[in-house]
Amino acid sequence: MTRRVVITGMGICAPNATGLDAFEQAMFEGVSGIRRVPLLQELGFRCQVAGAPEVSEATLNTYFTKLEQKSLNCSGLIYGTLAGIQAWKDAGLELENGTDPDWDTGIIFGTSVLGVDKFRESILRVDAGQVRRLGSTSVPQTMASGISAFLGGKLGCGNQVSTNSAACSTGTEAILLAYERIKSGRAVRMLAGSCSDSGPYIWGGFDAMRVVPSQFNDTPESASRPMSASAAGFVPSSGAGALLLETLDSALERKAPIYAEVLGGTVNCGGQRNGGSMTASNSAAVRKCIRGALLDAGVRPESVDVINGHLTATAGDPAEIRNWSEALGRKGADFPYINSFKDVLGHGLAASGSMECVAAVLQFRNNRLIGNRNSNDLHPEIEALIGRDRVPAKNTSYNFNILAKASLGFGDVNACVIFKRFNP
Amino acid sequence: MAQPKYFEELLEIVKPYLPGDVDEATIRPESRFIDDLNINSSHLVDIVLDVEDRYDIRLEDTEMEEMRSVADAIHLVRTKVNPSQNQG
Repeated sequence: MTRRVVITGMGICAPNATGLDAFEQAMFEGVSGIRRVPLLQELGFRCQVAGAPEVSEATLNTYFTKLEQKSLNCSGLIYGTLAGIQAWKDAGLELENGTDPDWDTGIIFGTSVLGVDKFRESILRVDAGQVRRLGSTSVPQTMASGISAFLGGKLGCGNQVSTNSAACSTGTEAILLAYERIKSGRAVRMLAGSCSDSGPYIWGGFDAMRVVPSQFNDTPESASRPMSASAAGFVPSSGAGALLLETLDSALERKAPIYAEVLGGTVNCGGQRNGGSMTASNSAAVRKCIRGALLDAGVRPESVDVINGHLTATAGDPAEIRNWSEALGRKGADFPYINSFKDVLGHGLAASGSMECVAAVLQFRNNRLIGNRNSNDLHPEIEALIGRDRVPAKNTSYNFNILAKASLGFGDVNACVIFKRFNP
Repeated sequence: MAQPKYFEELLEIVKPYLPGDVDEATIRPESRFIDDLNINSSHLVDIVLDVEDRYDIRLEDTEMEEMRSVADAIHLVRTKVNPSQNQG
């Protein structure tokens, strides 16, 4: 008898809303979190629109003590802490200050780089011969695992507390790592999530690679166009998402709300071979990852009802759809419904997978799919392969059971997770 | 006599670093930062920086090591701020 793993709590700090209820409303209403960022214009960025959560002073005071806020200069840590603690509370878990850690509960909270602004502040001090002025806050805010470490202390977790990093597949990979740890009996509960800093130092490299759009600076809300013929690159974004995973037994015992079941999934890498590169996917690897996830979950390709793709709004979108189609052996009207949330969230990089998984799972309890807001001019290759109605532009009522979510990242890495409507 | 003034000022600097279970009313000049006030040792580094900023002084490594109690800090500050009174 293998253990079943369910989701009992979720938290979110996204460009279009912070907090699960506000986010749910924003996603179904198609509220865009993409805005013009004057600083990017001043700095001469090609793409001057981006996504970053708006965190109020009052919210900061709720999650961070005055001392923690002193010298706090790490947006990813703020986003991740908000999402992580929300997911914890949403699962009905207590913020206790007991003496013993909870040995059965751990954290996998990923990121790419944490605290670039803090790192810059530190570098400037070091270069000025003022290394002693760094104080004690530089290291915890610039080590990648700063986010899992901070949450681990807040929540008193005594199981594995770690940070994974796999570029834009980080968030989905974190969920799978947490799932595997519970499934294998090494933990009862795991907080899984990911975060990404915001700002020019995170986004600059992508601007330089010209993988971001430059023609939507005056129309930020239409800048991110997954699956669209006029898609011109991904819109850089940021934020954090978090999901509390635990054994079904534990969830039932605690009478916790259950959002969905995690059936399984897998991660792999295309080895930067056969068309794969640092920045492009090896299509064979993407297909293998999708099929591997279904095999792990014990789900037949024809049972997949809904896909939430990686679909960043680049020239790679038609290839991704083709890979889904070939991996599932389904096309046209037989293809599952598919959506991408990057139209309103932008591409949250390391945070994308976790933010999108939160939104994807919210579709279960709404019995509705979130529409693809900027897909009106669907890419002709996509239309030819799966047809217009498989890419709903508007929210669509649908009582579905199986949802597949994939995230792909630089380094030719892939992650695919399978969620199922919870059925005792 | 400058001591009460410095004590009050140092109290303001130290207060934010106190753990939740330590009452600021219990702080005395003889209170030791780590042993009595339970302040995280890494935060002592930040307290030193705050003291330097407050009085526009610099504390050397050996002086930091000697700064175990609030009274030690008061002594250091007095010596640095007003060198002519360093016998007080």
